[in-house]
Amino acid sequence: MLRLTCTTTRIVHPGSLYRVTSITGPCDPNHRSPTESQLFKSIAQFCAQLAPGVRRRKTSLFKDIEHLVRLAVVMAIALIAFVGLRAVVVPHSFGQYGHYRGAAIAEIAARPAAFAGHDVCEACHTDVVDQKKLGKHVVVPCEACHGAQSKHADDPASVKPAKLDTAVTCARCHEANSAKPKAFPQVVTADHSGGLACDTCHQPHRPRIEEASQTKPATERKK
Amino acid sequence: MDITRRRLLMLLPAAAVAWQYVQAGTPEASPNYKMTDHWWGMLIDIPKCIGCGSCVRACAEENDVPEGYYRTWIERYHVADWKIEKPEVESPEGGKQGFPPNHDVGGKNFFVPKLCNHCVESPCTQVCPVGATFVTPDGVVLVDKTYCLGCRYCVQACPYGCRFINPKTNTAEKCSLCYHRITKGLTTACCEVCPTGARQLADLKNPKDPIHEFLRTHTVQVLKPHMATGAKVFYNGMDGSVR
Repeated sequence: MLRLTCTTTRIVHPGSLYRVTSITGPCDPNHRSPTESQLFKSIAQFCAQLAPGVRRRKTSLFKDIEHLVRLAVVMAIALIAFVGLRAVVVPHSFGQYGHYRGAAIAEIAARPAAFAGHDVCEACHTDVVDQKKLGKHVVVPCEACHGAQSKHADDPASVKPAKLDTAVTCARCHEANSAKPKAFPQVVTADHSGGLACDTCHQPHRPRIEEASQTKPATERKK
Repeated sequence: MDITRRRLLMLLPAAAVAWQYVQAGTPEASPNYKMTDHWWGMLIDIPKCIGCGSCVRACAEENDVPEGYYRTWIERYHVADWKIEKPEVESPEGGKQGFPPNHDVGGKNFFVPKLCNHCVESPCTQVCPVGATFVTPDGVVLVDKTYCLGCRYCVQACPYGCRFINPKTNTAEKCSLCYHRITKGLTTACCEVCPTGARQLADLKNPKDPIHEFLRTHTVQVLKPHMATGAKVFYNGMDGSVR
């Protein structure tokens, strides 16, 4: 059962070039609606009245080809608009490596580094390297204590690293904590130095005190 | 030109060779760096970590991480006797200023540094609706902040809690494995400053990298292996209580 409402309904009759623009059916719920076959019969009659001379074209592949052409034109315009917009909106490098903007990789890689790296430090501060080689702090990279020094490395004359407060810097690593590895040298700074700066007694680049007076051969130092 | 069967067969190998170059991509900002030659990961040696917080401070400085947010952080675990399933974990300020002393607490105590695991099958990149986060050809998970909408899907998807929304840019942010450093031949900021060598950058495609020998000879785990994320941050000596 096809129920038509008061709103305008557009139906194309299958055999006709003409179009029924609107058929208004009953909207009263008490009124009995026409059956589907009845409806189509009435449409066919209506069309026959409107276009008595029209015949079905037997040679064409598609019926009502102009509708298809119209649809194709609309689709083609939409496709061109889509392709055109996409070319403008989507970044050029999108999809270069995957479903993302390929140029983002180079942008992220272009960020300047804040930490110069200990190789850069050691190129100039050879005296400190020699000192560190004599003690356990040889494994500690420069910027672990001195902080990011890339700017100093780029311009050593004008950018000078700040002097460190050893009471704070040393304690960060060597303050006793039960979660630290047992073999790691730890002190309770309050008991050990009473808040005194560590470099009062220790030389930070070569922290073991007796090592400062007598230098041991290389083989003895490795434990 | 007509495509005959003969010509097609002649063209196919040439096209296959060309496709290799298309996939390899163009050279990046660093002229001597080839993305296809690297596959980055990290090794974290828990028995060496002293919880000094150098890595957290260095990361914040290197990457301009906003106050109160962490691309890497340190957790202190306290496992009382047999309660492996209920460890007490704390990370005050991400361990940035070290940890308060905890003398004579008993049990088992250790530090676990954490960061993005740079997963091969990363859940965060899979949920991104706009392609703003991705795994690079050298195995680093990055965020394109100019493309990110700040929808937070990835923040929820990461099983390791490694992502956050930067309050300044309102875009997702996470550890980039210091991509701007490793592509220039430097190590990451956290590995650079680690005083005990507890953190080591690893290039899994470099056969000379000591990581291969280490992985062969040590008991190594990744975090949450049951998530099958393909995590590339390897933990040596990690206790079963670590979440």
